[in-house]
Amino acid sequence: MTTLIPDPADQQISSVPRRSVWRQLLRDPQAIMTGVIIVLLSLFGLLSPLISPHDPNGASLDAINASPGTAGYLLGGDESGRDILSQLFYSLQTSVVSAVIGAGVALAVGVIAGLVGGYFGNAVRSGTEWLFSLILTFPGLITLIVLLPLTHGDYRWTMLVLGVLLSPGTYRIVRNLVLGVKKELYIDAARVSGLSDIRILGRHVLYAVRGPIIVNTAFLMGTAIASQSGLAFLGVGAKDVPSFGLMIHSGFNNIDAAPLQFVWPCVALGVYTGCMVLFGNSLRDAFSGPRPKRQKPAQGLRLAATAAPTSAVVDGERVDEPMLAVEDLGISFPGSTGPREVVKGVSLTVDPGEVVGLVGESGSGKTQTAFAVLGVLAPEARVTRGSVRIEGRELVGLSESELRSLRGRVVSYIPQEPMSNLDPSFTVGAQLTERVRRTLKVSRQEARQTVLDLLARVEIPDPQRVFSSYPHQISGGMAQRVLIAGAVASRPRLLIADEPTTALDVTVQAEILDLLRGLQKEFGMAILLVTHNFGVVADICDRIAVMQGGEIVETGTTREVFHTPKHPYTRGLLDAILDESAPDGDSARTIGAAR
Amino acid sequence: MLLYALRRLGIGVVLAVLVTFITYLLLSTSFRDMVSTLLGPDATPDSVTGRLHDLGYDRPLVVQYGDWLAHAVRGDLGTSLFTSQAVAPAVLSHMVVTMSIVLPGLAIALILSVILGVWAASRSGAPDRIAQGISLVGHVVPALLTAIVLVVVFAVELKIFPATGYVQFGDSPVGWLRSTTLPVVVLVVAGMAAITAQVRGSMIDELGKDYVRTLRTAGLPSWSIVLKHALRNAGSPALTVTSLQFIQLFSHSVIIENVFALPGFGSFAFTSAQSIDVPVIMGVTIVSVVLVTVVNLIADIVNGYLNPKARLH
Amino acid sequence: MSALLAVDQLRVRFGTRRRGTEVLHGVGFEIAEAETLGLVGESGSGKTTIGRAVLGLVKASGGSIRFDGRDITSASRRDRRELAKEIQVVFQDPYSSLNPAMAIGDILSEPLLLQGVSRRDARARVRTLLDQVGLPVDAADRRPQEFSGGQRQRIAIARALAPEPRLIVCDEPVSALDLTTQARVLDLFREIQQRTKVAYLFISHDLAVVRHISDRACVLYRGDIVETGPVGQVISHPEHAYTQRLILASPVADPDRQAERRRQRRQLLDSLEPSGASA
Repeated sequence: MTTLIPDPADQQISSVPRRSVWRQLLRDPQAIMTGVIIVLLSLFGLLSPLISPHDPNGASLDAINASPGTAGYLLGGDESGRDILSQLFYSLQTSVVSAVIGAGVALAVGVIAGLVGGYFGNAVRSGTEWLFSLILTFPGLITLIVLLPLTHGDYRWTMLVLGVLLSPGTYRIVRNLVLGVKKELYIDAARVSGLSDIRILGRHVLYAVRGPIIVNTAFLMGTAIASQSGLAFLGVGAKDVPSFGLMIHSGFNNIDAAPLQFVWPCVALGVYTGCMVLFGNSLRDAFSGPRPKRQKPAQGLRLAATAAPTSAVVDGERVDEPMLAVEDLGISFPGSTGPREVVKGVSLTVDPGEVVGLVGESGSGKTQTAFAVLGVLAPEARVTRGSVRIEGRELVGLSESELRSLRGRVVSYIPQEPMSNLDPSFTVGAQLTERVRRTLKVSRQEARQTVLDLLARVEIPDPQRVFSSYPHQISGGMAQRVLIAGAVASRPRLLIADEPTTALDVTVQAEILDLLRGLQKEFGMAILLVTHNFGVVADICDRIAVMQGGEIVETGTTREVFHTPKHPYTRGLLDAILDESAPDGDSARTIGAAR
Repeated sequence: MLLYALRRLGIGVVLAVLVTFITYLLLSTSFRDMVSTLLGPDATPDSVTGRLHDLGYDRPLVVQYGDWLAHAVRGDLGTSLFTSQAVAPAVLSHMVVTMSIVLPGLAIALILSVILGVWAASRSGAPDRIAQGISLVGHVVPALLTAIVLVVVFAVELKIFPATGYVQFGDSPVGWLRSTTLPVVVLVVAGMAAITAQVRGSMIDELGKDYVRTLRTAGLPSWSIVLKHALRNAGSPALTVTSLQFIQLFSHSVIIENVFALPGFGSFAFTSAQSIDVPVIMGVTIVSVVLVTVVNLIADIVNGYLNPKARLH
Repeated sequence: MSALLAVDQLRVRFGTRRRGTEVLHGVGFEIAEAETLGLVGESGSGKTTIGRAVLGLVKASGGSIRFDGRDITSASRRDRRELAKEIQVVFQDPYSSLNPAMAIGDILSEPLLLQGVSRRDARARVRTLLDQVGLPVDAADRRPQEFSGGQRQRIAIARALAPEPRLIVCDEPVSALDLTTQARVLDLFREIQQRTKVAYLFISHDLAVVRHISDRACVLYRGDIVETGPVGQVISHPEHAYTQRLILASPVADPDRQAERRRQRRQLLDSLEPSGASA
């Protein structure tokens, strides 16, 4: 709700319409080059009977170890006098057939089982899971060798078995995607419309997972070709089926007499499988859509090159400095048409011990403003202008380590989503203890006691139990109390709370607001509360700043803004609030009176 | 935790029995071929049937398999039909050779991948390009080619390492090291491709998560956020990939042993499969499956340690 | 007033028989034609499960759901296809409820084509629908990601209206929207009801929203309906202790009235036993 910028890590492959995938591919030189090479080599393979100058197995005494360029033998002959070029063409044919069989079987088995296992219930899924963990237990090439008596070395049968052995990878990809897609509400909507499972799978699910399947195909083909060559190199399979593996083997044995002989098949094999993998990579990039380049993670609050703190920087504390002073703050994100400013010259102050509400709708820039104060803007974000001062100390331009000395000590943070903001791998106690030891410099034993006291202070009924629980074992309300406990551990003088109750039920919200109010009074903290909820603002804030489109349009005391809003946007917002004691004008007695 | 490990072990045992049974079932179609090979050119249909009976291969399959399993559980894998060698010690001695390149290869690949993946995810820029480049090379170039190129360059041309052959560790530790270095390098390159890509990818994911921001606002130092918190959460998927890579490298070792002429598991398996030496093939199968199962079990246990949700459910 | 939808003693269990949990412990209510029933409750109250049971997305483990006199508790997929003409849905999340790979026109016509409407009639109907929910006609050729949250919710409403249903299950349809958008979408719901006489089962955690749109309201608490009645009465004169707690916990957007409400809430909590305060 507060995300302004599409998450750069978002790799929702399925959400990109098909036509743009092809356009994307055509713009990628790597895709064009590798694609053309794959098509050319595959054509050579398929047309090998037509274009080969010689029978690949036809030995001629004249051609034994003939050097490249010998008449009729463009690339020379091998140790038994067979034409190397013809062998290469036929080896390509073997590779194409291997790729089609291997990848085809793996896809057929993996995709169908993945769709079925992912879409239908747990009972079906545990069946498919078992089947595929069974297949995974067969060690690839060794299984193919062990089954030699069965396949009699025919590479087509071998590739068929290989396809089955490769299918678990495809199965897992499809199953995971389907499990994700199944949760999408549009699948529910389709079921409400009465669409049959088969049609839902075919029309909605398969369409959503097609991208990764296509990408997977490219890799499967590369693997099949490499495996076929490897087996042929070992001598598994018929000696009269031309293959890169056989060619490399004979060339390798013959390296002293004719060192070039093993180079040809090596290059051909390397180029063919390499292009498959590279083409697969290009496909993957195309399906995940144009992604912003990964930026260097921000170290501290970086300024865009042109900007500099505008106000005179006075280091050291002054008595009359506000707790927090933001002046003319600008923040920009890279957009498709150059940097886009999402915060456009915001100024606001928070006095010591004061609770200020920063209110606005989604996209207004309120969360980014709060992140700037903490110095935790996303890596691609840039502070374009302005200044942020805490107790008179300028933060803009500070390094990460300088900011670190303020964070958790002077200024603390409470996030919106309690669950995703706790590290899932550590117990609540371990996380809070690390934090307390870091900020208060106390022993492990003292830290533990401090944490238990804090957990009790935030009204957690059983601090011992919560201390040794993992985040997924406690409720959202509890998790938010844990985060509050962590935030106030070092008695910060400023607390930044970003929608601290939005993810919670109203009864829990009321309790958390009571808790925050109590802590604020007890510690004399200033709070900057970012929210979209006017009820929360009315409950706890002394003053309000209303944000719209990256700018603050109105500030004032809570009472002023609620009773005499000046800006039309504020008036509009207040008018849009649904009053529960409205609309038919029936007796609006208060509930207290009803008791 | 113990219960979790025991349940995983139980699943592994069931899988091992299933795999060997399926293999036996598939091999049963070749019993006649095997005996024909054994009897040589003078074999007649009658003599083949007689020999099948003598060897017990005409009993019901379930009985035959049960008999084999009952012996296998006691560590007795029978004797080779062709060489009359005991199967168990032969399989194990070849396995030692293979493991002496696979295990170091996997360990080195894992260590380098974690270092490189973490570095790439937290720094981007040049480290990121190096990591992506290495994983691309590993993906693009088949292990067979890496092996051959290394042999040609370092053994044939530069003569720094022996081209082929295996020296027992007991005979000469230095010789052993020299004989295994090149094969291990091939496996490291092959293994790093997938593991580096996974570590890099899941570290980037983790570092973008909400809890990382919250840890930063708590004033924790970067090393703790990256190495203690993010890496631990990224560990689970990396571990899965590593255990799959073990199976992959074990598989690849067949080819690599052949290039370097190491008397490993692969060549042994190949010889037995060519002659359809059923007791040896079954020995090869059970030892491979047990190995894979043990590795998966270790991965599951480490995953249970890393990931509290996996442990508790 | 004959009931359009009658739910009686509805029970729903999740999980296996041995290790399952019952999330609805026998709830019952009725909705008449052209009426809006609000279902209020917090997370875990089972309000969403009721809606999904009516839609056939979860199985009832007991009790009955009757629509227009017919028992639809365990309707087959074929019956559901018939019912889709009568019962429709608008979900909470306008981002996940529209298939990102499909054009709006296809999203809206898919259910119509399934009902056997010809392609040409469907196209004409899509134009009418888009007009009804206040979207331009050219929206049919565009994809969901080109629209804002509020617009997407209008598209979801248009999809629900497509077969001219008699009941729409609205599962938190405005809670993902901004304040101003929320008000406009609620107005659209009311306007559509006045014109088409459709009935709503309106599920929400937000008392103000339910107050604004419903005729009657049910309050759910941990799988039971604790209070039912005309919405004004439920909210202004709540009888059940939980309803009182819920109402007093919802902050009012006015500093003075909120201070008063906070005081009342403290009083209420102090008068109750000091238990159940856990989050």
